[in-house]
Amino acid sequence: MALPSYASPLQRFWYYAFRVICGLVFFYLMFPILVIIPLSFNAEDFFTFTPAMLSFDPAGYSLKHYVDFFTNPDWQMATMNSLTIAPMATLLSVSLGTLAAIGLSQSHVPFKRVIMAVLISPMIVPLIISAAGMYFFFSAVGLQGTYWGVVLAHAILGIPFVIITVTATLVGFDRSLTRASASMGAGPVRTFMKVQLPLILPGVISGALFAFITSFDEVVVVIFVGSAAQQTLPWQMFIGLREQISPTIPAVATLMVGLSILLLATLEILRRRNERLRG
Amino acid sequence: MTSTATDPHPSDEELTGGELKRRLARALRRQKIRALLLIAPLLLFILLGFIAPIGSMLFRSVENNIVTDIMPNTVAALQTWDVDSTELPPEPVFRAVVQDIQVAAEQRTAMQLARRMNFEVPGFTTLMRQTQRAVRRWDVETDGPFRDQLIEVSSDWGDLHTWRALKAYSSEYTSGYYLAAVDHTMVSGHIEPLPDDRSIHIMLFWRTAWMSALICFMTLLLGYPVAFLLANVKERYANLLLIMVLLPFWTSLLVRTSSWKVLLQEQGVINDFLVWLGLVADDNRLSMINNKFGVIVAMTHILLPFMVLPLYSVMKTVPPSYVRAAKSLGANDWTAFWRVYFPQSIPGIGAGAILVFIIAVGYYITPELVGGPSGMFISNRIAHQWYVSGNWGLVGAPGTILLVAVLVLYWVYDRVVGIDNVKLG
Repeated sequence: MALPSYASPLQRFWYYAFRVICGLVFFYLMFPILVIIPLSFNAEDFFTFTPAMLSFDPAGYSLKHYVDFFTNPDWQMATMNSLTIAPMATLLSVSLGTLAAIGLSQSHVPFKRVIMAVLISPMIVPLIISAAGMYFFFSAVGLQGTYWGVVLAHAILGIPFVIITVTATLVGFDRSLTRASASMGAGPVRTFMKVQLPLILPGVISGALFAFITSFDEVVVVIFVGSAAQQTLPWQMFIGLREQISPTIPAVATLMVGLSILLLATLEILRRRNERLRG
Repeated sequence: MTSTATDPHPSDEELTGGELKRRLARALRRQKIRALLLIAPLLLFILLGFIAPIGSMLFRSVENNIVTDIMPNTVAALQTWDVDSTELPPEPVFRAVVQDIQVAAEQRTAMQLARRMNFEVPGFTTLMRQTQRAVRRWDVETDGPFRDQLIEVSSDWGDLHTWRALKAYSSEYTSGYYLAAVDHTMVSGHIEPLPDDRSIHIMLFWRTAWMSALICFMTLLLGYPVAFLLANVKERYANLLLIMVLLPFWTSLLVRTSSWKVLLQEQGVINDFLVWLGLVADDNRLSMINNKFGVIVAMTHILLPFMVLPLYSVMKTVPPSYVRAAKSLGANDWTAFWRVYFPQSIPGIGAGAILVFIIAVGYYITPELVGGPSGMFISNRIAHQWYVSGNWGLVGAPGTILLVAVLVLYWVYDRVVGIDNVKLG
């Protein structure tokens, strides 16, 4: 989209105006995420830049909110809960989701559209409705307020993402490879583990990342289905934001931005690998 | 296949047309069964853990067995009484009330009934408490007639209003919660609008709809130029710029919401900046949070990636030669864009807009944290009914309406884009 040398002044103006507009939108996208990082080093319990911070006075900065995060039992318990719930929920949704995605990608599946719609529905139904429904149901079967209740609920929420990413990878999958493997005497399980899984692994991993972040970031359903003992990081943040803004929140938020950068980088590496493999 | 072992291949001349057809059908059937077996565990899991719970919650929006269960005699006795009658029900009804409440007091279910009726008739809890205390000492056989005694306990028993409400809500299933979800009531035995100070649902449904539409439009307005830029720069730059769209997408919703809280509040970064610039007086800071403005700004930011990504994936497929062809035929930049490029990007607009709208109408966290009372959505009202009033029917009924709206949009989305074409990241 380079500007040709014969462009009229109006075209020139539009060329630069368009770039400025896009720059502003990118600024709008990034600024709120970046602004929280310096604020987390605030030496005061304020939620804004203090004069000391603006004049780059070292006394205006401190790590005390991070210290609070790593020593406060509430935040520590919430972190532990998030770190034990999310991986288990991910494991459940990835294993069931990958199997189902392989089933769905076969050529003759009856009721494929309906099945697909049902499996994707947890992503579409408003969270508050899913949460209320699961609350009543999980109370009735004695899962409300338990670790497994929250894990099952989060696994359900993560499944659509696994289905979407894995079926997308399976679209480009060459079926003759599994047939070749079968013709050489490998059983279905061996074929899956040695031939199919390594090839669709990027899709499975990105589905797993989506499922993980869905659980790790989820607050509505866990409030309904969980009890105080399952209080997760987002739940603790939600409380800290709703009642009185807790000064620890920017520090927690910065750590979570770090986590999303890590996840994004992993996905990007997977995407590049995938592109290279496909040629 | 295992069948080859038990069923050896027949020689070529044996394989007649009918035999081949049968074998093909069997192979196909086996393939179908295998596919279904792979899907079955997950499908069962979703049906049991998700679809059934939602179904049972929706059922609560019509379920109404509390009155019939706790006051069976009263409900039966009221059968003959006409709601439009200007006379109080006859003595047997009063007698039935005493009978029922005596049992209810013993089984400790009276307050359950009181709570249920209190949703419709404020003050019913007090009436129940007083009555429960009085009837304990009475004997149904000997202490009658009860009409005047009950009216003495509480004048509400002498009020036609109480009886009409009891009769209206005494059926096993009720449309009462749906009426309440659209700000109507039938306490008088007839459907009529609720007084203005208790009407909140229609207003909230309407606000959720127009604010979601506005947010959807804002994401399109901001997302279209960005997607256009991404689709038309060199791939190296596009990947770099895409990260700026994907990082917010991957960042925790609560992180983004708390950032907006930090930015928008009265002592927040934006107000400080404006005061420093001298645009706003220090004692007259802008209130940008706990109102609609805050919700629109924050939600547009949060949902912008959901608009940019589908737009980008469609725009990438628009061949640049079409626009060049239009220009070479004499179209100016605007005509070439509007008549040639824009129509080809419409599928992306459709996909992005429906997706953003579907997500926005069900939003809860952001309106709860930055919306305040004037920026509240219908989801917030549903949550409020759940943890403040415990009125399950009023969780179910507005929830069903919201769910139906979302499912219709989901169906449209499936028609326009296809659910298997959803792309993430």
